[in-house]
Amino acid sequence: MISASRPRTPLLCAIVAVLLLAGCSLKQDMAEQPKDRPLWPSDFFTDGRSARPLVENTVARGAVIEDEMAVGKESNAFPVPLNMELLERGESRYKIFCSPCHGLQGDGNGMVAMRGMKHPPSYHQDRLRQVPNGYVYDVITNGFGAMLSYSAQIPPRDRWAIVAYLRALQLSRNAKISDLPPDVREKVLHPPAEKKGEGAPGGKTE
Amino acid sequence: MAQIFHRSTNFISKVSVFFGALLAALALGGVMGLARAPYLTNQNVTREQPIQFSHKHHVGDDGIDCRYCHTGVETSATAGIPPTKTCMNCHSVLFNNAGYLEPVRESYRTDKAIEWVRVHRLADYVYFNHSIHVNKGVGCSSCHGQVNQMPLMFQASPLLMQWCLDCHRNPEAVLRPRDQVFNMDWKAPSNQAEIGKRLAAEYKIPSVDQLQSCSTCHR
Repeated sequence: MISASRPRTPLLCAIVAVLLLAGCSLKQDMAEQPKDRPLWPSDFFTDGRSARPLVENTVARGAVIEDEMAVGKESNAFPVPLNMELLERGESRYKIFCSPCHGLQGDGNGMVAMRGMKHPPSYHQDRLRQVPNGYVYDVITNGFGAMLSYSAQIPPRDRWAIVAYLRALQLSRNAKISDLPPDVREKVLHPPAEKKGEGAPGGKTE
Repeated sequence: MAQIFHRSTNFISKVSVFFGALLAALALGGVMGLARAPYLTNQNVTREQPIQFSHKHHVGDDGIDCRYCHTGVETSATAGIPPTKTCMNCHSVLFNNAGYLEPVRESYRTDKAIEWVRVHRLADYVYFNHSIHVNKGVGCSSCHGQVNQMPLMFQASPLLMQWCLDCHRNPEAVLRPRDQVFNMDWKAPSNQAEIGKRLAAEYKIPSVDQLQSCSTCHR
């Protein structure tokens, strides 16, 4: 029995080994499936893109909101509910998309403007303090002068959040002490002795 | 029947068993090591790109937020590569006659996409989602490294499943407050263990069982 099985063992081992190795062939079908993920190239379409542009005369799902939130350039309407959450959203979006040129305070001294981009006008000049909300919304949506449209980067609700924050920025330079709620007024008039470098009323200094 | 082998060969046979096992262990270790080596994971390898785009300049020197270009990162699985128009927001004016930006202008003129070379490639059976990580307090630099110091982009992490699991088994170690997620210079504070635990509760991070279940990443 033993003597008979002896010569066969190495042969069996070799067959099993070959079968096992066949399992780890370099072809990784599961890792590279015949499907497209966002922004992957495709040789199926002539322009090489797997993502397809919108078909003409069609509206993308959810895009109707563009129309619902648009107001005329001359209108001073504000089509979304104004609250603290919207203002905070506006602050974060402003810092991402606007501050590179317009600066954190809206003076037009952003880092990119400093690099040679045309200095945008300050929000604190009279003309821009007077423009209606719809005008600001329109500039974000369609661009103005050297500023290209931001409609692809900023969805409509965020544009309104930015409009709200911009109004807050403008107000910040023209507010009277008496406009502040009592508790905040107290803090401004009698600032508690705090560590230096923190608690500047304008927020973070960057 | 006469003995074929002399008694002294017993020693050789024992030694060869030992070295056989050692050799097998070394070979296994070698294969495992190779699979984790940058040679195969492409970690720390800078890629040649059609345009020498520098994150160090745009993020580090200019202070542009990640989301200015990678607009999808908070809402979808992919962070997104910006369309050429995003480049033109500034470069229609800045360096608008620089030779090395000609591919950008050409792409804008002809509406032909710039073909960037992919730096981070996950296998197709991994369903990674940027938005869930970013919204639950995992910072960009936790995986991508300090992009603000990278003149050319490279993959800072090995992107192996083991590496994913290291974090899914102990997310508290990297969780940050949401307002620090896009801060490239964030360092874990000394009381991170305590803060991480608090943030995990606040952001409702699922249990480790759930985080390391197969179907969390594989569908």
